[in-house]
Amino acid sequence: MAASNRSCLQYLFHLAHDNLEFRLPVTLFSHIQMSSPFWCLEGLSVEDVCSVMDRSVCAKSAFELWGHGQSHSELRTSLLSYPQEKMSPYMQKGSSYKINVYTFNKTLLFEERIKKIDAMDYLPFQGTVNLKNPQFTFCLLEDYGTDPNNIPELPNYVYFGRLIADGQRELIRSYSVKNRHFIGNTSMDAGLSFIMANHAMVKENDLVFDPFVGTGSLLVSCSHFGAYVCGTDIDYNTIHGKGRSSRKNQKWRGPDENIRANLRQYGTESMYVDVMVSDASKPVWRNAALFDAIITDPPYGIRESTRRTGSHKDTIKSPDESHVPVSQAYHLSDIFTDLLNFSAHHLVLGGRLVYWLPVYRPEYCEEMVPLHPCLRLISNCEQMLSSHTSRRLITMEKIKEPEELDSLAHLSDPHFSGYQKHNAFREKYFSGLNKRSGKDDTKADVSGK
Amino acid sequence: MKLLTHNMLTSHVKGVTKGYPLLIKATEVKVNEVEFNPKFVCRMIPKLEWSALVQAADQLGHRDDLPRELVPDFEKNEDFLKKVHRVLLEVEVIEGCLKCPESGREFPISRGIPNMLLNEDEA
Repeated sequence: MAASNRSCLQYLFHLAHDNLEFRLPVTLFSHIQMSSPFWCLEGLSVEDVCSVMDRSVCAKSAFELWGHGQSHSELRTSLLSYPQEKMSPYMQKGSSYKINVYTFNKTLLFEERIKKIDAMDYLPFQGTVNLKNPQFTFCLLEDYGTDPNNIPELPNYVYFGRLIADGQRELIRSYSVKNRHFIGNTSMDAGLSFIMANHAMVKENDLVFDPFVGTGSLLVSCSHFGAYVCGTDIDYNTIHGKGRSSRKNQKWRGPDENIRANLRQYGTESMYVDVMVSDASKPVWRNAALFDAIITDPPYGIRESTRRTGSHKDTIKSPDESHVPVSQAYHLSDIFTDLLNFSAHHLVLGGRLVYWLPVYRPEYCEEMVPLHPCLRLISNCEQMLSSHTSRRLITMEKIKEPEELDSLAHLSDPHFSGYQKHNAFREKYFSGLNKRSGKDDTKADVSGK
Repeated sequence: MKLLTHNMLTSHVKGVTKGYPLLIKATEVKVNEVEFNPKFVCRMIPKLEWSALVQAADQLGHRDDLPRELVPDFEKNEDFLKKVHRVLLEVEVIEGCLKCPESGREFPISRGIPNMLLNEDEA
């Protein structure tokens, strides 16, 4: 962040009340209440604020904070002590403005909103009100707490600020998988795809790789941020866009359903590099730091089977499949060991790995998160899937180049092998749901729910 | 398959030590128009094995006047960057195969997508 541009202004971020765990980890600001939709931050420049709002799908709006307090009279005192010279550029005669009222956890009638705006007539606005196309937008924000069953008469806290920028929540709608050409059973929803791209700090002209690419949902959001994308998957049909459709009314996939077509749909086909049929446990890349980011959602063995090539009994049968070798079980813990090792070798220094780690909640402890000597753990955010299962979005950053012995670290140091228990993840997942006993997770043919 | 990808691929057949670069045998090649982005090309050039790129472009008959040696100070040389852009991102192998230079094992490319899966006995 540019220190020379830092102001002593405070900025108010108004956050959407979903995916609470995934808001960009802002480690500088530890006094924030995680579940609150209002975050007051200092020490930022307006450029910082704009660059965050330019890509955040968690933030609704960002404001230059002019005043705040626990009541309207406190707000008034606060506003009247805000420096006049900071207000006046936005209140000039001849300018236009409007004031919005936003209430969190309460619905107000139209008249009540108007009353609140009128009550702020102590502010020296000299411009004219323009509701359709104002030059400057202001907002009175009221926080009525987080309990929908216990809404107070008066707000717990109120803020007033000038709108700087809105966030990118619209992307969640415009990139919705509902309207996407090519989807699968486990396509990542748009909001989470963008969150993952943000955790990986994907930017223009990056080269991004997804080793379990499936239908390419993660590549779609990365391409939106200007990154060039490539991916691999062991499933021939998914990569070629063939086989059974995941849509309710459709039996087979149409000719325009593949990853490239998805990028074309959003106008980012020029960011498409390649996809390949490949086994992630047997990487095909030469030994060099190639990728700026690796973003992926590995199979959990629940809705898509985990598998790799090698000698084993079971065979997967699907139409039109050519030259797909026999598969064997790919133990979950090996997936992550391989993924971290792969990332250590093929990420650029400073590049990030972002992936989902499935977790059996009753037994979870932080030590289970896989580690690697060349990667630094940045964040670990939980999304609950059911009462006893969740998945964690893990973000890691490459901090040094690997040496000979680093890839074997997990064998000697117990700290690196905490995920061994995860081989039984599928077993535990099913035992909770339908009391089946000990489903053997070495079977390669589970494609059920 | 684009030549940017090909430049980063190597043969992973068991026991092979000289699996790079893979030889390309193409039966169908397409040249698409892709938006020229000099910044991306500049970022990729340092990651490339230049001679492998030239060799691959040669094998496809699309080398044109791509120089055998990397041009110094390429960042400012738009002419050169455009040639690299074309070879990296616009030339695509639609049908054909990649061949391991040591074992001779062939990996098919169909509909522009390479299939790098090995059989049980090769893994």
